[in-house]
Amino acid sequence: MNTLQWQIATITKITPETAKVKSFTLSLPGWIKHRAGQHYDLRLTAPDGYRAQRSYSIASAPERTGEIDLTIERVEDGEVSTFLHQVVVPGDRVEVRGPIGGYFVWDATTSGGPVLLVAGGSGVVPMMSMLRHRAAVGAKVPVRLLYSSRTYDDVIYREELASLATGGVEIFHTLTRSQPAGWTGYARRIDDTMLAEVSRPFGASALTFICGPTPLVESAATSLERASLRADRIKTERFGPTGT
Amino acid sequence: MAERFVTRGFGGRPRSAVGLAARIPPGQHLVTDFPVLSAGPTPRIDLATWELALSGLVRAPVKWSWPEFLALPAEEFTKDISCVTTWTKLDTRWRGVSVDTLLEHVELAPNALGLVAECHGGYTTNLLLSDAVNGQAFVAYEYDGKPLPPDHGGPARLVVPHLYFWKSAKWLRALRVVDRDRPGFWESNGYHIRGDPWKEERYSGD
Repeated sequence: MNTLQWQIATITKITPETAKVKSFTLSLPGWIKHRAGQHYDLRLTAPDGYRAQRSYSIASAPERTGEIDLTIERVEDGEVSTFLHQVVVPGDRVEVRGPIGGYFVWDATTSGGPVLLVAGGSGVVPMMSMLRHRAAVGAKVPVRLLYSSRTYDDVIYREELASLATGGVEIFHTLTRSQPAGWTGYARRIDDTMLAEVSRPFGASALTFICGPTPLVESAATSLERASLRADRIKTERFGPTGT
Repeated sequence: MAERFVTRGFGGRPRSAVGLAARIPPGQHLVTDFPVLSAGPTPRIDLATWELALSGLVRAPVKWSWPEFLALPAEEFTKDISCVTTWTKLDTRWRGVSVDTLLEHVELAPNALGLVAECHGGYTTNLLLSDAVNGQAFVAYEYDGKPLPPDHGGPARLVVPHLYFWKSAKWLRALRVVDRDRPGFWESNGYHIRGDPWKEERYSGD
């Protein structure tokens, strides 16, 4: 089994995360330990041979053997994501290959830190793998996550993130569209001031991961460079409008 | 195993039912032949010395010989293509290696932004990485079930079907990873830096 070889995974569990996001647990006959931040390619094949393929970040920790979780947002008119959300049931099988990606990865035991994570929307998925990985190996590396969502109900992994925010992990939410009564987090798009506030305790040497829609990633990366974080320590992953 | 697998319940987007008109970008017309347009003479390339390089802002550049390239995981692509000279051809069938697969062999530098396709004959064209990944671009070596003929860019050409076809550089020899989106050959000659047919990005200033 190599990571570019397609294998048939069985979906063993489907967990709703938000109204538009579900996590799919895939049991893999050719499981290979991934690195937090990597993704799998998933493809669907129609009876006439027509295929549709997308890449999805792994949400689960590498330490979980034999299976992975992919957390997938249903995209408007998304051919694959809509199918996965509306048609697939546990027991169904899909073709996948992976783990893929050697750059946007973090290993709690060797990559060092402190680690600054900046996520927008479902860009939080690879960060979740990193946080779960950190917890699974009992690492002490300080981690700060700045996570932008539209509304409170759109926050993926809300409860688990709250429970992970301990022992050196701090989570900062911003809600860009509406905020519930009594909201104490940020309430605007990620900007220079917000990034400076969240990154300041880590100084210029923080290892930074940014993942989300392209405009968010571009502006956050530029802003952090202006705030004199080292460019070679900033890793980005973009969800383009074609990444549906 | 992958060959016969069918995903339960998956039909995909309607293929035959889609009105043809909806697939033709503004200002384009449908053709059924395959016009040839090149900026210069057609180079004849010896497969014994052919190489594809993936270079530039990567940790360790990679080169594939022809047999090594053919050994990479290949895929079939059926794509609509649009040339800036206003022809559109539907359902062109290709076989090749996706740029994603090529990029799996290198580690991109943090400032990697785009690709320059470098070709035999000196042609170059620029692409943003965001226009090249996620299944959007591939290096083709078969067209319609046969080896890609030289006048259509053989032995191997880049194909970026969602952009005007000058981005689909013929006679590809290298993809160089770069940190800025500098205009290539046509882009320096009055054509649009990106070239999205659905936005009619034909010329610089469009």
